[in-house]
Amino acid sequence: MDVEDAPLIYGLELQARCLCPQAAETNYTRFLVATQSLRQENQVHLITFDDENNQLEKTIFPHTSGEVWHISSSCNDVSLFSTCFNHIAGGDIRSGCKLWRLPADQCNETVTDSLNQPNSISEIGELKSDEVRSVSHVLWKPIEDDSQVMSLGSGQMHLWDIMKAEPRLIRVFKLPEKKGHPCPVTNGKWNPHHGAKQFAVATNQHIIGWDVRGDAEAFRIENAHGQLVRDLDFNPNKQYYLVSCGDDCLVKFWDVREPTAPVSVISDEHSHWVWSARFNPFHDQLVLSCGSDSRVVLFNKASLSSEPFGHLMDEDEDDLGSEKEPPKDGLIEIYEEHEDSVYAVEWSSADPWSFASLSYDGRVVINKVPKKVKFDILL
Amino acid sequence: MTTPKTEMDVVGNNSRQSHKNMLKMYYATDLPQDQSNFNPLDIDSPTFQADRYLKKLKQEKSLAELMEAENDMAKQIRTLDSDMQTLVYENYNKFISATDTIRTMKRDFREMEKEMVKLTSNMAAITHLNSQISSTMQGNRQQINKLVGVHSVLKKLQFLFELPSRLKKCLATKSYAAGVSYYLRTKTVLQHYQHMESFSGIEQDCSKIVAEIITELKKTFYDKDSSAQQLADCVGLLLRLGEPADLLCEDYLEHAKHKLDEDLQELESYLKVDKATVDKSANASSDGGLYIDVLEFIDRGSNGFLSNLSLTITAYENLFIKQIEITAMSSAMVGQMTPLFISDEVSKVASMKLAKFVEDLLQVYFTLVENRLVLEKRSRDNALVVRALDRFYRRLQATSNILADSDIMVHGEGIIVRMIKARCEHYRFALKDFFTDCLTDIRHTISAPNTVSGKSSPASLNLLDLVNSTASALLNQVKSVLADVQLFTVRDINFASLPYFRKEFPCEDVREGIIVHFVHYISETLRSFCDVSSAARLVASPPTVLLLLSKLCRDFEQSTIAYLLTLTDEQFLISSKDRMTDITSLTAEIGETAQKLLEGYVQSSGVSVSRMIRTSIEARDWLKCVEPRQVRAVMRRVVEEITQTDQQVGSLYEEGTRKARSSDSSKRTQTYQTSVSRQRERGHWGVYAPSSNMDNSLLSNIHKLFSERVDVFGPVEFSRTSVLTGVIKISLKTLLECVRMKTFGKFGLQQLQVDCQYLQLYLWRFVSDENIVHTIIDEVISSCLHRCIEPAAMEPSVIDVICERG
Repeated sequence: MDVEDAPLIYGLELQARCLCPQAAETNYTRFLVATQSLRQENQVHLITFDDENNQLEKTIFPHTSGEVWHISSSCNDVSLFSTCFNHIAGGDIRSGCKLWRLPADQCNETVTDSLNQPNSISEIGELKSDEVRSVSHVLWKPIEDDSQVMSLGSGQMHLWDIMKAEPRLIRVFKLPEKKGHPCPVTNGKWNPHHGAKQFAVATNQHIIGWDVRGDAEAFRIENAHGQLVRDLDFNPNKQYYLVSCGDDCLVKFWDVREPTAPVSVISDEHSHWVWSARFNPFHDQLVLSCGSDSRVVLFNKASLSSEPFGHLMDEDEDDLGSEKEPPKDGLIEIYEEHEDSVYAVEWSSADPWSFASLSYDGRVVINKVPKKVKFDILL
Repeated sequence: MTTPKTEMDVVGNNSRQSHKNMLKMYYATDLPQDQSNFNPLDIDSPTFQADRYLKKLKQEKSLAELMEAENDMAKQIRTLDSDMQTLVYENYNKFISATDTIRTMKRDFREMEKEMVKLTSNMAAITHLNSQISSTMQGNRQQINKLVGVHSVLKKLQFLFELPSRLKKCLATKSYAAGVSYYLRTKTVLQHYQHMESFSGIEQDCSKIVAEIITELKKTFYDKDSSAQQLADCVGLLLRLGEPADLLCEDYLEHAKHKLDEDLQELESYLKVDKATVDKSANASSDGGLYIDVLEFIDRGSNGFLSNLSLTITAYENLFIKQIEITAMSSAMVGQMTPLFISDEVSKVASMKLAKFVEDLLQVYFTLVENRLVLEKRSRDNALVVRALDRFYRRLQATSNILADSDIMVHGEGIIVRMIKARCEHYRFALKDFFTDCLTDIRHTISAPNTVSGKSSPASLNLLDLVNSTASALLNQVKSVLADVQLFTVRDINFASLPYFRKEFPCEDVREGIIVHFVHYISETLRSFCDVSSAARLVASPPTVLLLLSKLCRDFEQSTIAYLLTLTDEQFLISSKDRMTDITSLTAEIGETAQKLLEGYVQSSGVSVSRMIRTSIEARDWLKCVEPRQVRAVMRRVVEEITQTDQQVGSLYEEGTRKARSSDSSKRTQTYQTSVSRQRERGHWGVYAPSSNMDNSLLSNIHKLFSERVDVFGPVEFSRTSVLTGVIKISLKTLLECVRMKTFGKFGLQQLQVDCQYLQLYLWRFVSDENIVHTIIDEVISSCLHRCIEPAAMEPSVIDVICERG
């Protein structure tokens, strides 16, 4: 393998489940990882991937509030991120969600000696309200200069405004209940199209899309998976298309206008539950998925891509264009650097060709799309 | 003394030489003189030189020898002398007799000359007399010639004048043939002398009468009851009378068509009745009076329509095509060449008309037959269909023998081939239906005992029987279909010799179309059951059905398919080069299906166990558990369920391979400490004492490094242990993932320890490699430790006690 293609592995000392790219960052490949330990102080790691030197810069911040179950970052402000956490108090589990700001220099300078600087993240607010019992996920609205976040928890969705110092609960959406019990929500996602008026959640075996302007379902994919739906992701470049994954080891592609049957299914690559699936934000034919079979799978779904084949080629290089075969769907690579279940995989927000995956044993692996695939897409 | 002799010799030699030369000149040959023999010492040689000879003798010989030579020589000379004398005498005698002969001849010739002069004068006298006689006879002969001519003209004229009355007589006595021949004989003359009044009168009269004759003839012609002979005569006469042949043909065919149409209409009426009956047959009340089966239908068709058609064709050919030829011949004999040509054309037109006529009618007939046969497409009695087809074919063959250059047989064969293809298709669908019925039966049988009783033993006993009975039912069905289809190729069936039956039928229609297609269908249908992407799958087919079907496929793969194909190949004599789909690819396909079904079974049973486990973990508050007193009921149910699965699988599949068990398998106490001690046994990292959580995670990482990765939804083998391993892996992995999502208190951890120990205690025996169970359960426990706020493990002995109690 080419040296540059070799994966970079970074080991955390504690178990970890959550990972997110620094969504607002467009220059550096940066990821945030938060640990999950009940008995030790948890940490938030800021990892910067230096592409040129193929090195990792890490900064570790203590996270004192508890074990982190979910982390996500603002799409507008590089320094903002949120964590959802549990902590034990008096024999009870308390869950909470806080908004944090990274120290300023972390955002502007790349080279910092993390160990010598006693930097810490500063809490800027907590999503707290009497109406909200628990928060398991926080999703930042992917719209510029917008200050809304959606939080998920105990069968409800909550829309917050975080413009002011203290986050303000705007709205509560109740998910349909099942036999009087709130449905567990495994994940959710903003629909980035049309000014993010839709929000989709994965609950049980279904995927439900909400119109956040009103209190109505926008679409519903019944029995999207044979078992729990674990994650979903909207195609950032092509309307109506989303990918979902679940405990039936499948990754499915949907057109929400046609919710009865999936557009396409990837069935052979995972041998256990698929925990996460992501479209590449730049070249959406590249789809990542990861699962508790310790695998990360990179798939090429050119047939569903927003990039039409040969679109640019035909205009100026007719003869060259004809030489290239039309791109085919297919497996690109299976990454097996993890030893434990992989619960999160994310594309970099800055570099279209890098992605990070995180397994439960605290191992972060940064991989790159194989050069050949990259050139096939670019050329 | 010798000298004169030698001189004589020399002279003789010279004369002989001159003779020779003369002969040579005569024959103009120039023989080269042999100079090589030139020897002057040889006494016989022409170049003999006496002097040298003498000299030589004198020089070489002694006196006595010389004397002897001299005596010798004298003796020779004397002999030669006497020889010469006899020769002279003989020749002289011959000369004298020759002179005598010549003299007598001279005398005879003189007498002959006198006789010849006398003969010449006599001949001259005879010639003269002859010319005189001929000149006197000349005048009378011319007169006689003229008289004879006048007589014949008068006779002809008389015939002409009498013609009308003769014709009338003919008409009256119905001897049309004579009349026609009279008329034809005179027709040209009359037409030639039309301008003379008397002749034109006669001609008009004749034409009138002939027209009457023609109408009479036509009457006979159109009369239904007139015999073939009569018809033939009629047509012959009409043709000779110059009636247009094509019109006659058309009229005749038109006439025949009426009859044949009646036959066809009768058939059609049967067809309607049959259709109605077939439609009605659902009501099971066939009022069958008019209903006839296909064989009878064909029979009636053949006996009625086809035989009538054959008769018509034969008659027509006799009437027109041959007649026309005859007329053409006769007119050719009269000496006109063009009519022959024309009637050749006409006969061609006539045959074409016949062909068209036959074709039209047969078209209708074929449509009728085919419509009737289509009704038989789904008939159960194949033998009847075969017999009907055979009869149809035979009769058609007979008909086509009459009509030489027509494509009746092509159509007929087309019908037969289409029918047989339709039958094959029917069998294909019938097999599919049968298979679907089998599937429904299986479902019913499986779901019935399960609902009736919770006991697993009768149900599991049934499974193998069910597989076997289903397999044999399918096999028998296919066999009976094969037997049915084989009827088409029985030796005494005529159409079995068509080229279609040599290759296309056995290879494409039977082997590919029915057998191979059926196998593909089975495979496809069953695969759709375990298609992962269809959401309704788990609801649609209960796991037991999947298991059973996988066994069925497995059986198919191992024996049935090969047997079926070999059977087909043998029964239909398909040579190996014509076998389009070979056995191995089919068995491989079915084998793959069996594999998929089994995997589907493993998945769905694993998933159903997983579901129990997941709800049991998720629904509980592990933080605030009470101290564990017993194994949770759900774990017992899990074990029960797996035991039941084991029984089901065991009734169908072999045991499978196991790794050697360690002696303490059942005794192994599942606690944190022992799991570490196990690790110590396995690896070399005993130094890492489990003192802190850090080490713990490190240990589990290293542990993972050395243990094999467990592929959860991995491929399964066709064995009991492999299937069970699959199910258990899926269940335990679910447990692991669920535990990681929870937070445990002290007693929660302990309860989980108890549960895991229980599972371990009962599950190891099912799997091929107990280490898999150990590995996953170790992981569960270590994950639980991570998720525990107060990790205080339970004493192994206590766990043992609880598990044994439970």
